[in-house]
Amino acid sequence: MPWFRRDKPLAKGEEGEKHVRTEGLWLKCEGCRQIIWKKDLEANWNVCPKCGAHARIDAAARLKLLFDGPYEVLDANLCSSDPLGFVDAKPYAERLAATQAATGLSDALISAAGTLAGRRVHICAMEPKFIGGSMGCVVGEKITRAIERSLEQRVPLIVVSASGGARMQEGAISLMQMAKISAALMRLDEAKVPFLSVLTDPTTGGVTASFAMLGDLNIAEPKALIGFAGPRVIEQTIRQKLPDGFQRSEFLLQHGMLDAVVPRVRMKEYLANALTFFCGPVT
Amino acid sequence: MEPETPAPDAHAAPALTPLPAPPPSKAWQRVLLARHAKRPHSLDYIERLFTHFHEIHGDRAFADDPAIVAGMGFFEERPLMVVAEQKGRDTKQKLLRNFGMPKPEGYRKALRVMQIAAKFGRPILTLLDTPGAYPGIDAEERGQAEAIARNLREMSRLPVPVICVVIGEGGSGGALALGVGNFVYMMENAVYSVISPESCAAIIYRDASRGEAAANALRLTAEDLLEFGLIDGIIPEPGEGAHTDPDAAAGALRETLRWALDQLTPLTGAQLVEHRYDKFRKMGNFFL
Ligand SMILES: [Zn+2]
Repeated sequence: MPWFRRDKPLAKGEEGEKHVRTEGLWLKCEGCRQIIWKKDLEANWNVCPKCGAHARIDAAARLKLLFDGPYEVLDANLCSSDPLGFVDAKPYAERLAATQAATGLSDALISAAGTLAGRRVHICAMEPKFIGGSMGCVVGEKITRAIERSLEQRVPLIVVSASGGARMQEGAISLMQMAKISAALMRLDEAKVPFLSVLTDPTTGGVTASFAMLGDLNIAEPKALIGFAGPRVIEQTIRQKLPDGFQRSEFLLQHGMLDAVVPRVRMKEYLANALTFFCGPVT
Repeated sequence: MEPETPAPDAHAAPALTPLPAPPPSKAWQRVLLARHAKRPHSLDYIERLFTHFHEIHGDRAFADDPAIVAGMGFFEERPLMVVAEQKGRDTKQKLLRNFGMPKPEGYRKALRVMQIAAKFGRPILTLLDTPGAYPGIDAEERGQAEAIARNLREMSRLPVPVICVVIGEGGSGGALALGVGNFVYMMENAVYSVISPESCAAIIYRDASRGEAAANALRLTAEDLLEFGLIDGIIPEPGEGAHTDPDAAAGALRETLRWALDQLTPLTGAQLVEHRYDKFRKMGNFFL
Protein backbone atom coordinates (compact mmCIF):
# COMPACT_ATOMS: atom_id res chain seq x y z
CA MET A 1 0.00 0.00 0.00
CA PRO A 2 1.47 3.35 -0.96
CA TRP A 3 2.31 6.13 1.39
CA PHE A 4 1.90 9.53 -0.10
CA ARG A 5 5.27 11.17 -0.22
CA ARG A 6 6.15 14.70 -0.90
CA ASP A 7 8.04 14.73 -4.19
CA LYS A 8 11.54 16.13 -4.43
CA PRO A 9 11.49 19.92 -4.43
CA LEU A 10 11.76 21.46 -7.86
CA ALA A 11 15.14 22.67 -9.05
CA LYS A 12 15.64 26.37 -8.52
CA GLY A 13 15.55 28.56 -11.61
CA GLU A 14 12.95 28.16 -14.32
CA GLU A 15 10.14 27.09 -12.01
CA GLY A 16 11.45 28.84 -8.96
CA GLU A 17 8.45 31.06 -8.56
CA LYS A 18 6.02 28.15 -8.83
CA HIS A 19 8.13 26.23 -6.35
CA VAL A 20 7.75 28.92 -3.72
CA ARG A 21 4.01 29.01 -4.25
CA THR A 22 3.37 25.29 -4.15
CA GLU A 23 5.87 23.88 -1.72
CA GLY A 24 4.18 21.34 0.56
CA LEU A 25 0.88 21.74 -1.25
CA TRP A 26 1.20 18.82 -3.60
CA LEU A 27 2.16 15.16 -3.27
CA LYS A 28 2.93 12.29 -5.54
CA CYS A 29 0.61 9.26 -5.35
CA GLU A 30 2.61 6.08 -5.04
CA GLY A 31 -0.20 4.20 -6.77
CA CYS A 32 -0.36 6.11 -10.05
CA ARG A 33 2.70 8.39 -9.68
CA GLN A 34 0.59 11.40 -10.50
CA ILE A 35 0.90 14.73 -8.73
CA ILE A 36 -2.05 15.47 -6.52
CA TRP A 37 -3.00 18.59 -4.65
CA LYS A 38 -2.68 17.85 -0.97
CA LYS A 39 -6.02 19.53 -0.28
CA ASP A 40 -7.80 17.33 -2.83
CA LEU A 41 -6.26 14.28 -1.24
CA GLU A 42 -7.19 15.25 2.29
CA ALA A 43 -10.72 16.13 1.23
CA ASN A 44 -10.94 12.58 -0.12
CA TRP A 45 -9.68 10.95 3.14
CA ASN A 46 -6.25 10.26 1.61
CA VAL A 47 -7.71 8.19 -1.20
CA CYS A 48 -6.14 9.20 -4.51
CA PRO A 49 -8.83 10.93 -6.61
CA LYS A 50 -7.11 9.70 -9.77
CA CYS A 51 -6.43 5.99 -9.11
CA GLY A 52 -8.24 5.20 -5.87
CA ALA A 53 -5.08 4.15 -3.98
CA HIS A 54 -5.72 4.21 -0.22
CA ALA A 55 -2.88 5.95 1.62
CA ARG A 56 -2.72 5.57 5.36
CA ILE A 57 -4.63 7.92 7.62
CA ASP A 58 -4.06 8.54 11.28
CA ALA A 59 -6.33 7.44 14.10
CA ALA A 60 -7.89 10.87 14.59
CA ALA A 61 -8.85 11.14 10.90
CA ARG A 62 -10.28 7.65 11.08
CA LEU A 63 -12.55 8.60 13.98
CA LYS A 64 -13.61 11.76 12.14
CA LEU A 65 -14.48 9.60 9.12
CA LEU A 66 -16.67 7.22 11.11
CA PHE A 67 -18.31 9.26 13.86
CA ASP A 68 -21.19 11.64 13.08
CA GLY A 69 -19.63 14.50 14.99
CA PRO A 70 -17.83 15.08 18.26
CA TYR A 71 -16.84 12.01 20.24
CA GLU A 72 -15.59 11.23 23.72
CA VAL A 73 -12.01 9.95 24.05
CA LEU A 74 -11.53 7.31 26.76
CA ASP A 75 -8.47 6.07 28.66
CA ALA A 76 -6.41 8.74 26.92
CA ASN A 77 -3.72 8.93 29.58
CA LEU A 78 -2.80 5.27 29.92
CA CYS A 79 1.00 5.06 29.48
CA SER A 80 3.33 2.06 29.46
CA SER A 81 5.82 1.90 32.33
CA ASP A 82 8.41 0.08 30.16
CA PRO A 83 8.22 -3.08 32.30
CA LEU A 84 11.22 -4.77 30.66
CA GLY A 85 13.53 -1.76 30.79
CA PHE A 86 14.05 -2.52 27.11
CA VAL A 87 16.98 -0.93 25.30
CA ASP A 88 17.79 -1.17 21.60
CA ALA A 89 19.23 1.67 19.49
CA LYS A 90 17.77 3.89 22.18
CA PRO A 91 15.95 3.09 25.39
CA TYR A 92 12.29 2.20 24.82
CA ALA A 93 11.29 4.73 27.48
CA GLU A 94 12.89 7.50 25.41
CA ARG A 95 11.34 6.19 22.20
CA LEU A 96 7.93 6.20 23.90
CA ALA A 97 8.38 9.75 25.19
CA ALA A 98 9.51 11.02 21.77
CA THR A 99 6.60 9.30 20.00
CA GLN A 100 4.14 10.63 22.55
CA ALA A 101 5.44 14.15 21.96
CA ALA A 102 5.31 13.75 18.17
CA THR A 103 1.80 12.28 18.00
CA GLY A 104 0.12 13.79 21.03
CA LEU A 105 -1.05 10.27 21.93
CA SER A 106 -0.10 8.16 24.96
CA ASP A 107 0.13 5.01 22.82
CA ALA A 108 -0.83 3.46 19.49
CA LEU A 109 -4.61 3.54 19.83
CA ILE A 110 -7.46 6.01 20.42
CA SER A 111 -10.48 4.60 22.21
CA ALA A 112 -13.62 6.64 21.70
CA ALA A 113 -17.39 6.68 22.14
CA GLY A 114 -19.88 8.53 19.97
CA THR A 115 -22.53 7.95 17.34
CA LEU A 116 -22.27 6.40 13.88
CA ALA A 117 -25.30 7.11 11.67
CA GLY A 118 -27.17 8.04 14.82
CA ARG A 119 -26.29 4.86 16.70
CA ARG A 120 -24.10 4.87 19.80
CA VAL A 121 -20.89 2.89 19.17
CA HIS A 122 -17.44 2.42 20.66
CA ILE A 123 -14.58 2.73 18.20
CA CYS A 124 -10.94 1.89 18.82
CA ALA A 125 -8.66 3.21 16.08
CA MET A 126 -5.02 2.18 15.93
CA GLU A 127 -2.36 4.75 15.11
CA PRO A 128 0.15 3.35 12.60
CA LYS A 129 2.60 6.19 13.26
CA PHE A 130 3.02 5.18 16.89
CA ILE A 131 5.86 2.60 16.89
CA GLY A 132 4.31 0.93 13.86
CA GLY A 133 0.92 0.77 15.55
CA SER A 134 2.33 -2.02 17.68
CA MET A 135 0.39 -3.59 20.54
CA GLY A 136 1.83 -3.50 24.04
CA CYS A 137 0.07 -3.48 27.39
CA VAL A 138 -1.59 -0.08 26.82
CA VAL A 139 -3.19 -1.05 23.51
CA GLY A 140 -4.21 -4.39 25.05
CA GLU A 141 -5.78 -2.75 28.09
CA LYS A 142 -7.56 -0.02 26.12
CA ILE A 143 -9.18 -2.51 23.76
CA THR A 144 -10.13 -4.78 26.66
CA ARG A 145 -11.74 -1.87 28.52
CA ALA A 146 -13.61 -0.86 25.36
CA ILE A 147 -14.91 -4.43 25.07
CA GLU A 148 -15.98 -4.35 28.72
CA ARG A 149 -17.84 -1.05 28.21
CA SER A 150 -19.51 -2.43 25.12
CA LEU A 151 -20.55 -5.46 27.14
CA GLU A 152 -21.93 -3.46 30.09
CA GLN A 153 -23.74 -0.93 27.93
CA ARG A 154 -24.63 -3.34 25.11
CA VAL A 155 -23.09 -0.92 22.62
CA PRO A 156 -21.54 -2.26 19.37
CA LEU A 157 -17.75 -2.20 19.12
CA ILE A 158 -15.68 -1.36 16.06
CA VAL A 159 -11.90 -1.79 16.07
CA VAL A 160 -9.94 -0.33 13.18
CA SER A 161 -6.59 -2.13 12.98
CA ALA A 162 -3.39 -0.65 11.56
CA SER A 163 -0.51 -2.44 13.20
CA GLY A 164 2.66 -4.40 12.67
CA GLY A 165 1.63 -6.72 15.53
CA ALA A 166 2.72 -7.24 19.10
CA ARG A 167 5.29 -4.75 20.43
CA MET A 168 8.60 -6.54 20.97
CA GLN A 169 9.80 -3.89 23.43
CA GLU A 170 7.28 -5.26 25.94
CA GLY A 171 8.17 -8.90 25.29
CA ALA A 172 5.79 -11.64 26.42
CA ILE A 173 3.58 -9.02 28.09
CA SER A 174 2.61 -7.86 24.57
CA LEU A 175 2.05 -11.45 23.51
CA MET A 176 -0.40 -12.07 26.35
CA GLN A 177 -2.52 -9.09 25.28
CA MET A 178 -3.60 -11.28 22.35
CA ALA A 179 -5.10 -13.78 24.79
CA LYS A 180 -6.53 -11.10 27.07
CA ILE A 181 -8.38 -9.31 24.27
CA SER A 182 -9.55 -12.54 22.63
CA ALA A 183 -10.96 -13.77 25.94
CA ALA A 184 -12.83 -10.49 26.41
CA LEU A 185 -14.21 -10.88 22.87
CA MET A 186 -15.47 -14.31 23.88
CA ARG A 187 -17.66 -12.58 26.48
CA LEU A 188 -18.89 -10.03 23.95
CA ASP A 189 -19.68 -12.91 21.61
CA GLU A 190 -21.64 -14.74 24.32
CA ALA A 191 -23.59 -11.55 25.07
CA LYS A 192 -24.38 -11.17 21.33
CA VAL A 193 -23.10 -7.60 21.19
CA PRO A 194 -21.75 -6.89 17.68
CA PHE A 195 -18.01 -6.56 17.08
CA LEU A 196 -16.96 -5.32 13.66
CA SER A 197 -13.29 -5.58 12.75
CA VAL A 198 -11.95 -3.18 10.14
CA LEU A 199 -8.53 -4.14 8.78
CA THR A 200 -6.42 -1.43 7.18
CA ASP A 201 -2.90 -1.21 5.84
CA PRO A 202 -0.99 -2.82 7.50
CA THR A 203 -2.55 -5.44 9.79
CA THR A 204 -0.05 -8.18 10.59
CA GLY A 205 1.34 -10.42 13.33
CA GLY A 206 -0.31 -10.69 16.72
CA VAL A 207 -3.00 -8.15 15.89
CA THR A 208 -4.26 -10.18 12.93
CA ALA A 209 -3.83 -13.35 14.99
CA SER A 210 -6.17 -12.07 17.68
CA PHE A 211 -8.92 -9.44 17.58
CA ALA A 212 -8.59 -8.34 13.94
CA MET A 213 -9.74 -11.77 12.71
CA LEU A 214 -12.43 -12.20 15.37
CA GLY A 215 -15.08 -9.78 14.17
CA ASP A 216 -18.63 -10.87 13.55
CA LEU A 217 -17.61 -9.30 10.28
CA ASN A 218 -14.01 -8.77 9.17
CA ILE A 219 -13.94 -5.93 6.66
CA ALA A 220 -10.83 -4.58 4.94
CA GLU A 221 -9.89 -1.53 2.95
CA PRO A 222 -8.70 -2.21 -0.62
CA LYS A 223 -5.15 -3.47 -1.11
CA ALA A 224 -4.26 -3.41 2.57
CA LEU A 225 -1.41 -5.69 3.66
CA ILE A 226 -2.99 -8.29 5.95
CA GLY A 227 -1.33 -11.43 7.24
CA PHE A 228 0.28 -13.30 10.09
CA ALA A 229 3.92 -13.47 9.07
CA GLY A 230 5.45 -10.46 7.35
CA PRO A 231 6.24 -10.86 3.64
CA ARG A 232 9.99 -10.55 4.22
CA VAL A 233 9.97 -13.30 6.85
CA ILE A 234 8.10 -15.60 4.47
CA GLU A 235 10.47 -14.80 1.62
CA GLN A 236 13.48 -15.60 3.79
CA THR A 237 11.91 -18.85 5.00
CA ILE A 238 10.82 -20.27 1.66
CA ARG A 239 13.53 -18.56 -0.44
CA GLN A 240 11.27 -17.68 -3.32
CA LYS A 241 9.51 -14.56 -4.57
CA LEU A 242 5.99 -14.03 -3.32
CA PRO A 243 3.18 -13.91 -5.88
CA ASP A 244 1.73 -10.52 -6.88
CA GLY A 245 -1.00 -9.34 -4.59
CA PHE A 246 -0.05 -11.87 -1.89
CA GLN A 247 -1.42 -10.90 1.55
CA ARG A 248 -3.44 -8.02 0.13
CA SER A 249 -7.12 -7.59 0.98
CA GLU A 250 -8.32 -9.00 -2.33
CA PHE A 251 -6.12 -12.10 -1.83
CA LEU A 252 -7.65 -12.68 1.61
CA LEU A 253 -11.15 -12.17 0.25
CA GLN A 254 -10.47 -14.72 -2.46
CA HIS A 255 -9.21 -17.22 0.13
CA GLY A 256 -12.26 -16.79 2.33
CA MET A 257 -10.65 -14.83 5.15
CA LEU A 258 -12.67 -11.60 4.85
CA ASP A 259 -16.35 -10.79 4.63
CA ALA A 260 -15.87 -7.78 2.39
CA VAL A 261 -13.40 -5.33 0.93
CA VAL A 262 -14.89 -1.87 1.22
CA PRO A 263 -13.42 1.44 0.00
CA ARG A 264 -12.72 3.99 2.70
CA VAL A 265 -15.37 6.43 1.56
CA ARG A 266 -18.04 3.70 1.72
CA MET A 267 -16.90 2.19 5.03
CA LYS A 268 -19.20 4.19 7.30
CA GLU A 269 -22.21 3.30 5.19
CA TYR A 270 -21.23 -0.38 5.23
CA LEU A 271 -20.79 -0.42 9.02
CA ALA A 272 -24.05 1.46 9.59
CA ASN A 273 -25.91 -0.99 7.40
CA ALA A 274 -24.41 -4.01 9.19
CA LEU A 275 -25.33 -2.59 12.60
CA THR A 276 -28.89 -1.94 11.45
CA PHE A 277 -29.04 -5.51 10.20
CA PHE A 278 -27.70 -6.88 13.52
CA CYS A 279 -29.42 -4.56 15.99
CA GLY A 280 -32.40 -3.13 14.15
CA PRO A 281 -33.04 0.49 13.26
CA VAL A 282 -31.81 3.28 15.53
CA THR A 283 -34.49 4.14 18.05
CA MET B 1 58.72 -19.21 -3.53
CA GLU B 2 57.20 -18.33 -0.21
CA PRO B 3 56.56 -21.24 2.12
CA GLU B 4 52.84 -21.87 2.56
CA THR B 5 53.09 -21.61 6.30
CA PRO B 6 55.59 -18.98 7.26
CA ALA B 7 58.03 -20.01 9.95
CA PRO B 8 57.25 -18.44 13.32
CA ASP B 9 59.01 -15.13 13.59
CA ALA B 10 60.68 -14.84 16.98
CA HIS B 11 60.33 -11.05 16.75
CA ALA B 12 56.61 -10.92 15.81
CA ALA B 13 54.22 -9.87 18.56
CA PRO B 14 52.46 -12.94 19.96
CA ALA B 15 48.68 -13.03 19.57
CA LEU B 16 47.14 -13.59 22.99
CA THR B 17 43.56 -13.66 24.25
CA PRO B 18 43.48 -11.57 27.42
CA LEU B 19 40.33 -13.20 28.77
CA PRO B 20 38.47 -16.38 27.96
CA ALA B 21 35.25 -15.81 25.97
CA PRO B 22 32.55 -14.87 28.47
CA PRO B 23 30.08 -17.62 29.25
CA PRO B 24 26.70 -17.21 27.56
CA SER B 25 24.20 -15.12 29.52
CA LYS B 26 21.55 -16.97 31.48
CA ALA B 27 18.86 -16.04 28.98
CA TRP B 28 20.97 -17.27 26.07
CA GLN B 29 21.87 -20.50 27.89
CA ARG B 30 18.15 -21.09 28.28
CA VAL B 31 17.52 -20.45 24.59
CA LEU B 32 20.23 -22.98 23.71
CA LEU B 33 18.89 -25.54 26.20
CA ALA B 34 15.30 -25.04 25.03
CA ARG B 35 16.50 -25.92 21.50
CA HIS B 36 18.99 -28.60 22.57
CA ALA B 37 19.21 -31.47 20.08
CA LYS B 38 18.55 -34.02 22.82
CA ARG B 39 15.88 -32.10 24.72
CA PRO B 40 12.78 -34.19 25.43
CA HIS B 41 9.99 -33.39 22.99
CA SER B 42 6.26 -33.76 23.51
CA LEU B 43 6.11 -37.44 22.55
CA ASP B 44 8.95 -38.19 25.01
CA TYR B 45 6.76 -36.82 27.81
CA ILE B 46 3.56 -38.37 26.48
CA GLU B 47 5.04 -41.89 26.47
CA ARG B 48 6.29 -41.45 30.04
CA LEU B 49 3.15 -39.87 31.51
CA PHE B 50 0.24 -41.60 29.77
CA THR B 51 -1.11 -45.06 29.27
CA HIS B 52 -3.37 -46.09 26.39
CA PHE B 53 -2.47 -42.98 24.41
CA HIS B 54 -4.27 -42.91 21.08
CA GLU B 55 -3.82 -40.16 18.56
CA ILE B 56 -6.65 -38.19 16.99
CA HIS B 57 -5.91 -36.80 13.53
CA GLY B 58 -7.05 -34.10 11.15
CA ASP B 59 -8.91 -30.83 11.10
CA ARG B 60 -11.87 -32.16 9.04
CA ALA B 61 -11.30 -29.36 6.55
CA PHE B 62 -7.95 -29.69 4.86
CA ALA B 63 -5.31 -31.99 6.35
CA ASP B 64 -3.64 -33.57 9.34
CA ASP B 65 -0.72 -31.48 10.61
CA PRO B 66 2.07 -33.64 12.07
CA ALA B 67 3.53 -30.59 13.87
CA ILE B 68 0.72 -30.99 16.39
CA VAL B 69 0.06 -34.30 18.10
CA ALA B 70 -3.36 -34.67 19.69
CA GLY B 71 -4.89 -37.61 21.44
CA MET B 72 -6.62 -39.38 24.29
CA GLY B 73 -4.62 -40.78 27.13
CA PHE B 74 -4.87 -41.81 30.74
CA PHE B 75 -2.82 -40.02 33.35
CA GLU B 76 -2.69 -42.03 36.56
CA GLU B 77 -5.98 -43.59 35.44
CA ARG B 78 -7.61 -40.23 34.80
CA PRO B 79 -8.73 -39.59 31.21
CA LEU B 80 -6.92 -36.57 29.78
CA MET B 81 -6.88 -34.99 26.32
CA VAL B 82 -3.41 -34.04 25.13
CA VAL B 83 -2.61 -31.46 22.46
CA ALA B 84 1.09 -30.96 21.86
CA GLU B 85 3.50 -29.32 19.47
CA GLN B 86 6.03 -31.87 18.25
CA LYS B 87 9.50 -31.25 16.85
CA GLY B 88 11.43 -33.98 15.10
CA ARG B 89 14.63 -35.60 16.33
CA ASP B 90 16.37 -36.77 13.14
CA THR B 91 16.27 -35.06 9.74
CA LYS B 92 13.41 -37.20 8.46
CA GLN B 93 11.33 -36.53 11.55
CA LYS B 94 12.18 -32.83 11.52
CA LEU B 95 10.88 -32.54 7.97
CA LEU B 96 7.78 -34.56 8.79
CA ARG B 97 7.04 -32.36 11.81
CA ASN B 98 7.97 -29.19 9.89
CA PHE B 99 10.49 -28.41 12.67
CA GLY B 100 7.57 -28.08 15.07
CA MET B 101 6.01 -25.18 13.15
CA PRO B 102 2.26 -25.77 12.86
CA LYS B 103 0.09 -24.69 9.96
CA PRO B 104 -3.53 -23.52 10.24
CA GLU B 105 -4.79 -27.11 9.97
CA GLY B 106 -2.73 -27.96 13.04
CA TYR B 107 -4.34 -25.24 15.13
CA ARG B 108 -7.76 -26.23 13.79
CA LYS B 109 -7.15 -29.87 14.68
CA ALA B 110 -6.10 -28.73 18.16
CA LEU B 111 -9.32 -26.80 18.61
CA ARG B 112 -11.47 -29.63 17.30
CA VAL B 113 -9.87 -32.03 19.74
CA MET B 114 -10.16 -29.62 22.67
CA GLN B 115 -13.85 -29.19 21.91
CA ILE B 116 -14.31 -32.97 21.99
CA ALA B 117 -12.70 -32.94 25.45
CA ALA B 118 -15.04 -30.13 26.52
CA LYS B 119 -18.08 -32.02 25.28
CA PHE B 120 -17.21 -35.07 27.36
CA GLY B 121 -15.89 -33.19 30.39
CA ARG B 122 -12.28 -34.29 30.05
CA PRO B 123 -9.41 -32.08 31.19
CA ILE B 124 -6.87 -30.89 28.64
CA LEU B 125 -3.08 -30.78 28.77
CA THR B 126 -1.25 -28.78 26.12
CA LEU B 127 2.51 -28.96 25.57
CA LEU B 128 4.04 -25.91 23.90
CA ASP B 129 7.26 -26.34 21.92
CA THR B 130 7.60 -24.45 18.67
CA PRO B 131 9.92 -21.91 17.06
CA GLY B 132 6.67 -20.29 15.88
CA ALA B 133 3.69 -20.79 13.62
CA TYR B 134 4.85 -21.67 10.10
CA PRO B 135 5.50 -18.57 7.96
CA GLY B 136 4.70 -19.81 4.44
CA ILE B 137 2.50 -19.02 1.47
CA ASP B 138 0.18 -21.97 2.06
CA ALA B 139 -0.21 -21.15 5.77
CA GLU B 140 -1.18 -17.58 4.93
CA GLU B 141 -3.60 -18.72 2.22
CA ARG B 142 -5.38 -20.95 4.67
CA GLY B 143 -5.58 -18.29 7.37
CA GLN B 144 -2.79 -18.80 9.90
CA ALA B 145 -3.84 -15.66 11.73
CA GLU B 146 -7.50 -16.62 11.83
CA ALA B 147 -6.69 -20.10 13.13
CA ILE B 148 -4.59 -18.74 15.98
CA ALA B 149 -7.10 -16.00 16.82
CA ARG B 150 -9.98 -18.45 16.95
CA ASN B 151 -8.06 -20.75 19.30
CA LEU B 152 -7.37 -17.87 21.68
CA ARG B 153 -11.04 -16.99 21.89
CA GLU B 154 -12.36 -20.55 21.99
CA MET B 155 -9.84 -21.84 24.54
CA SER B 156 -11.03 -19.07 26.86
CA ARG B 157 -14.50 -20.64 27.03
CA LEU B 158 -13.64 -24.32 27.42
CA PRO B 159 -15.62 -25.52 30.47
CA VAL B 160 -12.97 -28.06 31.48
CA PRO B 161 -9.59 -27.77 33.21
CA VAL B 162 -6.89 -26.59 30.79
CA ILE B 163 -3.26 -27.00 31.83
CA CYS B 164 -0.48 -25.70 29.59
CA VAL B 165 3.24 -26.41 29.85
CA VAL B 166 5.96 -24.74 27.80
CA ILE B 167 8.43 -27.62 27.54
CA GLY B 168 10.96 -25.99 25.19
CA GLU B 169 10.48 -23.06 22.85
CA GLY B 170 7.41 -20.91 23.44
CA GLY B 171 7.51 -19.26 20.04
CA SER B 172 5.13 -16.31 20.06
CA GLY B 173 1.56 -16.64 18.74
CA GLY B 174 2.36 -20.11 17.45
CA ALA B 175 2.77 -21.27 21.05
CA LEU B 176 0.10 -19.06 22.62
CA ALA B 177 -2.47 -20.60 20.25
CA LEU B 178 -2.37 -23.61 22.61
CA GLY B 179 -1.57 -21.56 25.71
CA VAL B 180 -4.81 -20.22 27.20
CA GLY B 181 -4.97 -22.35 30.33
CA ASN B 182 -6.12 -22.24 33.95
CA PHE B 183 -2.54 -22.97 34.88
CA VAL B 184 0.35 -22.19 32.56
CA TYR B 185 3.73 -23.58 33.55
CA MET B 186 7.20 -23.41 32.08
CA MET B 187 9.90 -26.03 32.41
CA GLU B 188 12.89 -24.43 34.11
CA ASN B 189 14.93 -24.09 30.91
CA ALA B 190 12.07 -23.29 28.57
CA VAL B 191 11.70 -19.85 27.01
CA TYR B 192 8.55 -17.97 26.01
CA SER B 193 8.82 -14.92 23.82
CA VAL B 194 6.92 -12.53 21.58
CA ILE B 195 9.62 -12.87 18.90
CA SER B 196 12.65 -15.12 18.42
CA PRO B 197 15.90 -13.56 19.66
CA GLU B 198 17.37 -13.76 16.15
CA SER B 199 14.40 -12.00 14.52
CA CYS B 200 14.45 -9.38 17.25
CA ALA B 201 18.19 -8.84 16.72
CA ALA B 202 17.63 -8.52 12.97
CA ILE B 203 15.22 -5.68 13.69
CA ILE B 204 16.93 -3.80 16.51
CA TYR B 205 20.60 -4.36 15.57
CA ARG B 206 20.09 -5.19 11.88
CA ASP B 207 22.16 -8.27 12.70
CA ALA B 208 20.49 -11.65 13.28
CA SER B 209 23.70 -13.04 14.79
CA ARG B 210 23.25 -10.88 17.90
CA GLY B 211 20.57 -13.17 19.27
CA GLU B 212 22.21 -13.33 22.68
CA ALA B 213 21.87 -9.59 23.27
CA ALA B 214 18.27 -9.67 22.07
CA ALA B 215 17.52 -12.68 24.30
CA ASN B 216 18.72 -10.68 27.30
CA ALA B 217 16.56 -7.69 26.36
CA LEU B 218 13.42 -9.75 25.74
CA ARG B 219 13.19 -11.20 29.29
CA LEU B 220 12.10 -14.59 28.05
CA THR B 221 13.15 -16.97 30.84
CA ALA B 222 10.72 -18.80 33.11
CA GLU B 223 11.75 -16.56 36.02
CA ASP B 224 11.05 -13.45 33.93
CA LEU B 225 7.58 -14.60 32.97
CA LEU B 226 6.78 -15.58 36.54
CA GLU B 227 7.94 -12.17 37.74
CA PHE B 228 5.66 -10.42 35.23
CA GLY B 229 2.71 -12.56 36.30
CA LEU B 230 2.38 -14.27 32.92
CA ILE B 231 2.82 -17.87 34.09
CA ASP B 232 1.76 -19.76 37.21
CA GLY B 233 4.85 -21.77 38.02
CA ILE B 234 8.19 -23.24 37.04
CA ILE B 235 8.76 -26.99 36.80
CA PRO B 236 12.31 -27.85 37.89
CA GLU B 237 14.59 -29.75 35.53
CA PRO B 238 17.22 -32.31 36.51
CA GLY B 239 20.97 -31.65 36.45
CA GLU B 240 22.17 -29.61 33.50
CA GLY B 241 18.75 -29.74 31.86
CA ALA B 242 15.88 -32.05 30.93
CA HIS B 243 17.96 -33.81 28.26
CA THR B 244 20.37 -35.16 30.89
CA ASP B 245 17.58 -37.19 32.50
CA PRO B 246 14.27 -37.23 30.59
CA ASP B 247 12.72 -39.61 33.13
CA ALA B 248 13.37 -37.18 35.96
CA ALA B 249 12.05 -34.27 33.87
CA ALA B 250 8.89 -36.25 33.13
CA GLY B 251 8.66 -37.07 36.84
CA ALA B 252 8.67 -33.38 37.75
CA LEU B 253 6.01 -32.70 35.13
CA ARG B 254 3.95 -35.58 36.55
CA GLU B 255 4.01 -34.08 40.07
CA THR B 256 2.88 -30.71 38.75
CA LEU B 257 0.16 -32.15 36.55
CA ARG B 258 -1.24 -34.19 39.44
CA TRP B 259 -1.27 -31.09 41.66
CA ALA B 260 -2.94 -28.97 38.98
CA LEU B 261 -5.63 -31.56 38.26
CA ASP B 262 -6.37 -31.92 41.97
CA GLN B 263 -6.86 -28.17 42.21
CA LEU B 264 -9.01 -27.79 39.11
CA THR B 265 -11.11 -30.95 38.99
CA PRO B 266 -13.54 -29.92 41.79
CA LEU B 267 -14.45 -26.68 39.98
CA THR B 268 -17.55 -26.33 37.81
CA GLY B 269 -17.30 -25.46 34.13
CA ALA B 270 -18.39 -21.90 34.82
CA GLN B 271 -15.83 -21.55 37.60
CA LEU B 272 -13.07 -22.84 35.33
CA VAL B 273 -13.96 -20.35 32.60
CA GLU B 274 -14.12 -17.52 35.14
CA HIS B 275 -10.79 -18.52 36.70
CA ARG B 276 -9.04 -18.61 33.34
CA TYR B 277 -10.57 -15.33 32.24
CA ASP B 278 -9.64 -13.55 35.44
CA LYS B 279 -6.04 -14.69 35.17
CA PHE B 280 -5.51 -13.39 31.63
CA ARG B 281 -7.53 -10.23 32.29
CA LYS B 282 -4.91 -9.15 34.83
CA MET B 283 -1.93 -9.60 32.51
CA GLY B 284 -0.01 -6.51 31.61
CA ASN B 285 -0.94 -3.91 34.21
CA PHE B 286 2.29 -1.98 33.74
CA PHE B 287 1.16 1.61 33.56
CA LEU B 288 2.71 4.87 34.72
ZN1 LIG C 1 -3.10 7.61 -7.53
